[in-house]
Amino acid sequence: MSETQPKTLTREQMAARLAQDIPDGWFVNLGIGAPTLVSNYVSDDKEVIFHSENGLLGVGPAPDAEHVEPWLINAGKQYVTLLPGASTFNSAESFGIIRGGHLDLAVLGGYEVAENGDLANWSTGANDSNPAVGGAMDLGAGAKQVWVVMDHTTKQGVSKLVEKCTYPLTALGSVTRVYTNIAVIDVTKDGFVLREAAPGWTFEEVQERTAARLLRG
Amino acid sequence: MINKFVPDMETALAGLTDNATILMGGFGSVGQPVQLVDHIAEMGLKNLTLIANNAGAAFGGMTKLLQTGAIGKVVCSYPRSSNSTVFLDLYREGKVQLELVPQGTLAERIRAASAGIPAFFTPTAAGTMLGVGKETREINGRLCVLEEAIHADFAVLEAWEADRWGNLTYRLSGQNFNPIMAGAAKVTVVQTQHVRELGEIDPDAVKTPGIYVDRVIHVPYGDPAL
Repeated sequence: MSETQPKTLTREQMAARLAQDIPDGWFVNLGIGAPTLVSNYVSDDKEVIFHSENGLLGVGPAPDAEHVEPWLINAGKQYVTLLPGASTFNSAESFGIIRGGHLDLAVLGGYEVAENGDLANWSTGANDSNPAVGGAMDLGAGAKQVWVVMDHTTKQGVSKLVEKCTYPLTALGSVTRVYTNIAVIDVTKDGFVLREAAPGWTFEEVQERTAARLLRG
Repeated sequence: MINKFVPDMETALAGLTDNATILMGGFGSVGQPVQLVDHIAEMGLKNLTLIANNAGAAFGGMTKLLQTGAIGKVVCSYPRSSNSTVFLDLYREGKVQLELVPQGTLAERIRAASAGIPAFFTPTAAGTMLGVGKETREINGRLCVLEEAIHADFAVLEAWEADRWGNLTYRLSGQNFNPIMAGAAKVTVVQTQHVRELGEIDPDAVKTPGIYVDRVIHVPYGDPAL
């Protein structure tokens, strides 16, 4: 990396950029970690309804300390609130909503995204000594759109956008868009298409950091 | 007269033996049958199979249940825990087996058992490591795996309200796996925060009809810890 490398986006900036693209009226599930930040950046003029795997639709912001409801947590096991119009249901129904294709969007984190839309985000492989899958595979298989928010490369500079995933797969061909710290990239039938480079970044610089062919949008 | 209320934990868990398979409700700490699990940990049982969403989390007797070697196998979607390494340590030492199941598949396998469906095809996990070894079929252009119903010997659940017929309600995110586990086991045991007279619970508010429930014990322990 050269000393003149443009700035990369922070997690908050990536979440804010993604939030801009969520249309009014969508039903959305946010994964644990960076995806959770997205709810902070949806503008007030849009009605976006958040789903939580443990059986909630219409999740609102975190409560302040005086208004915590101990019986109300989200899938990340954080205290949340419910908005007027919210509903609660059991886990089979919650995953029926997911698997049945009723959610407009799932926002997930990622280890790798392949140019055919394959997603790897649940396991680091056969030697994973702390395995857990949660709802990731159901969300990957079921939501109408799957947008991944992740750094473009690992800390070692290895591209997380690849021709073929090396980590165990979460879902096949399901990712439709990737928001990284240097670009917004669509996953199309022709492969990765650069939709937008972060401020200061060129197509060539993004391509250089992408281990698959990048098409101009 | 039907009265499913039992006076003590011994009666609630009578018949639970070594090698039993147990469904446990709860997501995170909410809706966990904490005191039932505490009591199971005191029973000195061996080689239990525990089926739950977060079987590795620390709450009440769970840690003790794992530490005393009562659990031989865990069937779970998310054994990872921010507040405990007990499960992880035992798993790494090979002392507890783990069957990892995607959360929606876990829920549906349990619901299927309760509803008399022996198995079903689902796209979740098809083509992944968790679909390996399962019958795979392309249905309407999508790859699907065959998943079998999960039956158990006991289900231990937590409700918000219960009446003597075993009708149950739940509170907010306390519902989770509890209603679908009721009816998936030979014996369904419920601890409830509140006791109601017959007719006090609005029929439209009942989430688990009493027909699924065998025993209810009143445990008004209050709010769950995070």
